[in-house]
Amino acid sequence: MNEIVKDRAGLTRRGLLQSGGALVVAFSVPAGLAGTAGPAAAREPHRPLDPAALDSWIAVGEDGRVTIYWGKMDMGQGTDTGIAIMAAEELDVDVDVVDIVAGDTALCVDQGGASSSSGVQRSGVAIRHAAAEARRLLLELAAEELEVPAADLRVENGTVVAASDASKSVSYGELVGGQLFSHKLDWNGRLGNSLELAGTAQPKDPSEYRLVGTHIPRKDVPGKVMATMDFAHHLVVPGMLHGRTVRPPVAGAVPEAIDDSSIADTGAQVVWKGNFVGVVAEDEWDAIRAARDLAVTWSEPGPQLQTDTGGVHDFIRRAEIKSEEHTTDDGDFDGALAGAATVVEAEYEYPFQSHARMAPAFGLVDVRDGGATIWTDSQKPHSVRPGVADVLGLPIENVRAIWMPGPGSYGRSDADDGAIDAAVMSAEVGRPVRVQWMRNEGIAWDPKGVASVSTGRAAIDADGNVVGYHYGIKGFSRQNMRSRGDEAGSVLAGHLLGREPHNAYAARSPEQSYAFDAMRYTEQVIDPLLKVASPLRTAHFRDPMGMEVHFGQESFIDEVAEAAGADPVAFRLKHLTEPRDRAVVELAAEKANWQSRVGPNPDPGDGAVRRGRGIAYAQRNGAVNALVAEVEVNLETGEVYVPRFILASDHGQIINRKSMRTTLEGNLIMALSRTLFEEVEFDPEMVRSEDWATYPILEMAQVPQAIDIHMIDRTDIGPRGAGEASTRIVPGAVANAVYDATGIRIRKLPLTNAGVRAQLTGA
Amino acid sequence: MTKQTFEITVDGETRSVIAEPDMPLLYALRGALEKKGPKFGCGLAQCGACTVLLDGEPIRSCVTPIDSVSGEVRTLDGLATDGTPHPVQAAFIEEEAPQCGYCTNGWMMYAVAMLEKNPDVSDQEIRDNFAGLKCRCGTHMAILRATKAAADAMKA
Ligand code: FES
Ligand code: FES
Repeated sequence: MNEIVKDRAGLTRRGLLQSGGALVVAFSVPAGLAGTAGPAAAREPHRPLDPAALDSWIAVGEDGRVTIYWGKMDMGQGTDTGIAIMAAEELDVDVDVVDIVAGDTALCVDQGGASSSSGVQRSGVAIRHAAAEARRLLLELAAEELEVPAADLRVENGTVVAASDASKSVSYGELVGGQLFSHKLDWNGRLGNSLELAGTAQPKDPSEYRLVGTHIPRKDVPGKVMATMDFAHHLVVPGMLHGRTVRPPVAGAVPEAIDDSSIADTGAQVVWKGNFVGVVAEDEWDAIRAARDLAVTWSEPGPQLQTDTGGVHDFIRRAEIKSEEHTTDDGDFDGALAGAATVVEAEYEYPFQSHARMAPAFGLVDVRDGGATIWTDSQKPHSVRPGVADVLGLPIENVRAIWMPGPGSYGRSDADDGAIDAAVMSAEVGRPVRVQWMRNEGIAWDPKGVASVSTGRAAIDADGNVVGYHYGIKGFSRQNMRSRGDEAGSVLAGHLLGREPHNAYAARSPEQSYAFDAMRYTEQVIDPLLKVASPLRTAHFRDPMGMEVHFGQESFIDEVAEAAGADPVAFRLKHLTEPRDRAVVELAAEKANWQSRVGPNPDPGDGAVRRGRGIAYAQRNGAVNALVAEVEVNLETGEVYVPRFILASDHGQIINRKSMRTTLEGNLIMALSRTLFEEVEFDPEMVRSEDWATYPILEMAQVPQAIDIHMIDRTDIGPRGAGEASTRIVPGAVANAVYDATGIRIRKLPLTNAGVRAQLTGA
Repeated sequence: MTKQTFEITVDGETRSVIAEPDMPLLYALRGALEKKGPKFGCGLAQCGACTVLLDGEPIRSCVTPIDSVSGEVRTLDGLATDGTPHPVQAAFIEEEAPQCGYCTNGWMMYAVAMLEKNPDVSDQEIRDNFAGLKCRCGTHMAILRATKAAADAMKA
């Protein structure tokens, strides 16, 4: 061993490891549990945060453990384990020697947070390249160390061994343990989701994989099951107060007077700044009581939300179009329509939906000495950091956001708002403040998924050919505010302190490979119902507008198929151009034992319960899925039950089979919940959905008996994100199956019992 | 109201907690007792994230005033025996049932309450036992598989 130590110094002199004497000593994740860090801790002197530096991504400890610094984080789908697998694969180490540090802005480069299902697809591929390069450097070092050519070396779990002489070996820890690589990667110059890295080394060919594509147990599971893992919510820092926010009873109301004697018995303190009202107390229950009991005189702004649950779709139809784009415009659609023998036309309505996270927003912030430390369960801590800096007017260098796990977050949920609320209160009271919203806030005040009206129009000629196809969506923007809380206008507290959101007019079009002679896709976006501090502000929600667009589109494809005298599967296969798309549709149909027919099931059963099946398919960002839903519709109650889903899924290269399966199940179940139950109730004054009774989601009784998942593994094209892609096909498949079972076409979500019953009885 | 001292027995340990009498048990568990299993999800008895067992029966600790608690409270934190996971925990780990894991406490505690009384349960009984619990991540299928596996292990 002595020799190796000596030689290692020699290697350093040879310039491969220009550590400059800087030992990597600051690897441990700030647990945050012991104490709160001041702004100084926002800088880690020993490690770079330069995306082009290999050391920003990978460190090897003296014990041979590998740490990956990851600029995204796992929302519970095992993405962190996926990253560990990809790194371990390239480095030729076991997965359990790889530690992942995620989402600490002082330690991790901004890779965009959990976003767009790109954890594996993009950030994982960047880390794959970094790991391959690290392995190449380690082999170079080992070749010198062992005095054998690099080609004669192989790696066994982090130990480099000479193939010709097994007595010659050296471990990664012995080679570089605790030192920097001081090596540059090719970086594409971009931060966020599109950050890419490359080195001289090529990542492995899939034929060499040992780990990728197998089943590796997720790292996060035991801690969650054994109650040993810290959620953000468990964090306690010295001097911490509990904060609660106080919301107005109606949208747009602002505080005019506050009587703090109303909460004298709680010992809580009121925080009133601009239109922001909160309370802080030593005890959590005292803060909760104080927020509940605080006597606030609110202004009476009158109805601000312009419409209500029942009226919103007519409102959308009438609303002025603020932006319009034909995202596809091939051939002469208007001519085709004019000359058509048959025109099919239909409209589809999609409601506002709430993220309704399992727990409402959280944030713990310590503002002191001109800086802030934020503990957040936001899926974008790199955005919360500038958000807090902007709201408080702090230099961003003095702000550090540290991610910790929380309830699953699937888009721009209320998480960012919670962090900023805590920051505002901490700045006011000069102590760390932990905020948790109450349940009503987590449904009534979180950002919402978009309500929309879609229209399909198809032209069919006398021979039954579809010669023109148009599908358009009109709705609120999926970005009433930026999809990340990175500035004051993007968070509720910012609005309450006088800032306005940056409204972008953003929608979505179908992502599919249908081809018709003339076709047009159109996106039309309208203004928000209320611009500032709105309980109906819209933003990204799991697969932003994917469900809205593809519910209508895949329903309409079925309607057109029938009008053209075709079976839904045959019609799709006839018009799909991408081989991968055709493959999933064929596989789903085959596994579902699809019986071809035109029009509804001639044999749906004769009791109260009628049976049918439907299909839907869509791409998303390079992934493609087809889903067959089998349904039972109770004609008396209107209940729609899905006993079985059959999913054919192609997400490119599979990294971890079991996590892929549970992730896909989660997509389908959450989307089924949104298809069957979820609609934000509101009237012109306020959102009235505010708990699980007024915003019901799916429960165990409605869970399918079986979800069959058939995965196509495409090692040749790299991984494609699985976190959202199978969400968007659920409502179309279910609505098509309801039609098959009953002959009634339902063009409005959700498919609640009452809504379905009304349609069945024509009431 | 004024704070009083309450003695509660949790996971075999008797502890005193100073609190308002109407404070829900959850805040004592998460606060002074530093339990990580029971979680705040709704505070309205609508989701189950806060579930603990009181003398073997699942209760929603978010709506159980501390002054009403008499008996043995058991939490997820106390299920393991000398570091060996409870069969329900072992099955939830094996099946990788949690995603975010925020709700998982409730499902496991309801599974424990059911299976410790009688592990010989049908698939339908398992489903029925979980009525009223919520999971936003959609882990229901994995929860069913895990509970069935736990039942089999506890029958054996
Ligand atoms: S937190 Fe107790 S039931 Fe939801
Ligand atoms: S696992 Fe996330 S809420 Fe159930």
